[in-house]
Amino acid sequence: MTQETPAVRTIGLDVPSWPGHRAGQHLDVRLTAEDGYSAERSYSIASAAGEPVAITVERLDDGEVSPYLTEDVSVGDQLEIRGPVGGYFVWETADGGPLLLVAGGSGIVPLRAILRQREHSGSDVPVKLLFSARTPSELIYRDELDGRHDGVEIIYTLTRERPTGWTGYARRVDRALLAETAWPAGKNPLAYVCGPTNFVETVAGELVALGYEPGRVKTERFGGTGGR
Amino acid sequence: MDELDGNGAAGLLQEIFGSDMTVAVATCASCGAVAPIGASGLYAGGPGMVIRCRSCGGVLVVITQVRGRHCVDLMGIRALDMPLQHVAPSGA
Repeated sequence: MTQETPAVRTIGLDVPSWPGHRAGQHLDVRLTAEDGYSAERSYSIASAAGEPVAITVERLDDGEVSPYLTEDVSVGDQLEIRGPVGGYFVWETADGGPLLLVAGGSGIVPLRAILRQREHSGSDVPVKLLFSARTPSELIYRDELDGRHDGVEIIYTLTRERPTGWTGYARRVDRALLAETAWPAGKNPLAYVCGPTNFVETVAGELVALGYEPGRVKTERFGGTGGR
Repeated sequence: MDELDGNGAAGLLQEIFGSDMTVAVATCASCGAVAPIGASGLYAGGPGMVIRCRSCGGVLVVITQVRGRHCVDLMGIRALDMPLQHVAPSGA
């Protein structure tokens, strides 16, 4: 287990007979209480195809599953899972690019899997990653992302709190910021947008307004509460 | 209630249908719009799970659990196109 930020933890899962997954897929975790009450949530897989299965979970204070996964679970515990599932928000090398990845907060998780997938497969598809978070401590995988990736441009924006000397953006993602940082529509980019519902609505809508083909803007909303 | 993406119902749909339904393309019975289930709107916060057309808001799928069974209402889908599963050539 890796503590990524104060509220976020990555958990490696040893799943016998795991059939293998694709970058962007998720798995469902079901917790069942002694009285039989059960709660199920879907989590993006954080690793690339061929890598050991891992999920990165953000604690939601009012969540039913994430507090357990981020605070109580320990190495060796067993979890009931279902997956991998979902073939829609998936990127494979043959899907090409150029890729625009837009993450709001913990929406970075499946996009990180896509980045790792690209790297592992030796793909040279050009990538722009626009990563928006409220505070520096919410920039999950920061060290990994800052490591050098040929052909990957990473653009950060912090909307609420910034460290001194911050050189990234300091504003919400809107049409102007997308126009400035995203691939122009003429390059026929393939976009993956993941984050809270309002964030995804805004970004996907503005990308289409900027001329992106709607069928090439894939979205994964995880809502304001519950899940992820 | 927050709208999610149909992709979020992948696990439940797979349990019921036995294959990945998020890449199945549904034609809305209300307005005729065509979209993958994974790209349709998902409402998962109430009793049962509801998938809606993003063009007209019409209900495509309702899934509830009653007395240990999944109950699936598909009246809002006029047609469903599924990618062919890879079939190995037969014969020697």
